[in-house]
Amino acid sequence: MADARIQIPPAIKRGENFEVKIAIRHAMETGYRVDDVGKPIKRNVIRELVCKYNGTEALRVDMSSGFAANPLLQFWLVAGNSGEISFEWDDDTGTKYAERAAVTVAG
Amino acid sequence: MARKAAISLAVAGAALLALASLVYAQSPPTRAIPLDQLKSGLAYTGDDVRALQADDFANPGMLWVERGEKIWNTPAGATAKSCASCHGDAKSSMKGVAARYPAIDPATKQLLNIEARINDSRTRQQKAEAFKPESEDMLAITAYVNFQSRGVPVGVAIDGAARAHFERGRAFYYTRRGQMNMSCATCHEQSFGKRLFAETISQGQPNDFPIYRLEWQTMGSLHRRLRACLYGVRAELLPIGSPELLDVELFLAWRAQGLKGEAPGVRR
Amino acid sequence: MNPEHLIPVAAPAASPASPARRVLLGAAGALAAAQCLPAVAQIPTNLNELPEIPALQEFLAGRRVQFARMQLEIPRVADNGNSVPIKLGVLGAVAPGAVQSIHLFSEKNPVPRMAVFHFPASTARFDIESRVRLAGTQRVVAVATLADGALCVKVAEVLVAIAACLDGS
Repeated sequence: MADARIQIPPAIKRGENFEVKIAIRHAMETGYRVDDVGKPIKRNVIRELVCKYNGTEALRVDMSSGFAANPLLQFWLVAGNSGEISFEWDDDTGTKYAERAAVTVAG
Repeated sequence: MARKAAISLAVAGAALLALASLVYAQSPPTRAIPLDQLKSGLAYTGDDVRALQADDFANPGMLWVERGEKIWNTPAGATAKSCASCHGDAKSSMKGVAARYPAIDPATKQLLNIEARINDSRTRQQKAEAFKPESEDMLAITAYVNFQSRGVPVGVAIDGAARAHFERGRAFYYTRRGQMNMSCATCHEQSFGKRLFAETISQGQPNDFPIYRLEWQTMGSLHRRLRACLYGVRAELLPIGSPELLDVELFLAWRAQGLKGEAPGVRR
Repeated sequence: MNPEHLIPVAAPAASPASPARRVLLGAAGALAAAQCLPAVAQIPTNLNELPEIPALQEFLAGRRVQFARMQLEIPRVADNGNSVPIKLGVLGAVAPGAVQSIHLFSEKNPVPRMAVFHFPASTARFDIESRVRLAGTQRVVAVATLADGALCVKVAEVLVAIAACLDGS
């Protein structure tokens, strides 16, 4: 289950820049921490996050343990057609995640 | 005539005694911090943490609130009932509920905090497995339930069966402990507002739990926060959900009465 | 700075100070000394030169950079290194595809290449906001690769505060 929240402005006009926000629930485990009994906790960070707007790549981020746990990302896109903003990401466990949100463009 | 007077005197005396003992038993203890001086922990954090808590998108605790909403609506256990099956929409049914906890369970006369109340519902009503203390699901559902009491002033009952718990919690609060020989009050009652290295000591208020703590890089319960303080003064770490921490939780909630709920809080 | 240096000036040897006055003068000296100290301990750093980060040098591969246009907003003092707000942007970049990528490097983190943001040709606003981890007080470097090949950099220094209480919960 992908645990993420996406925020897109409700009123967007064609051709204008609009801000997209995503918050992902992920420990971004650095690999440098130990548990209660001193055993190292294996690294598990998100490797790559890709955002697509109606199927076309709109932003790609190479991530690392340099991102805070439960990463937050805000960026801008140019409004084209109504449709969807989708995100895909993977982490060190090889798990793939996806989350999407509808986008409505006026005009 | 004399006999009649003696009887009425005895009756009056007994009534007076009963009244006196009632007044004694239910007399509210004096507030530790006056209402107009009560401040949530948010008042003692930095600008960044304040901004993070104020923004319902950036506040990482909202990720747990949203997960909690999913749990609320997901059928669980042998009954295949969800929380919503009985309680309906949490936005109305749970409004102000967490603000009254910990509270005495009328059926068992046990003191329950919101975590214990939720697990009671899960095991007895849903016939599902209890959530483990401090698990992601437990933090998520408590974040969701406590979120419904945002803006509702904390107000717990400390009469009846709760009174003994309250007194034990109060005694714990003012008892020096650990290698550093400090009580909760040493910092959070005598020194709030003062600086400790780069931080400002808070009043140690419980009105925004569970909180997302930057130090933890995750969500945590009030009991985890209390354990962090016990660790800080090098005292014995009591288990999450232990009777001692539960009693302190009740005392803290009484001490915070009037402060509005702020869950999910963010702290450094 | 040694506060004692200030005392002879205020209390000449010819007029021996009473014990009370000595305390007062001492306090004045200490106060004067305290006023000479900056509010926050400063580490002299030049933000107009690149810190030595092998991963950064490797990425630049000898290419020239300009200390202009790149915007990097980060608190001067971070409350906790686990989560530090950061804002990135490129001044004057408004045309679609004007910026190809923004790279973020850390001087002290175990993983120096913190992030790379790749923009497709359609993007016309290159502002990014996020939250990063910083393993202690250090400099952070942002580099934007522009469509015309220019490399715009900005260096910022962050003082990372340490928690007052140890937490083993």
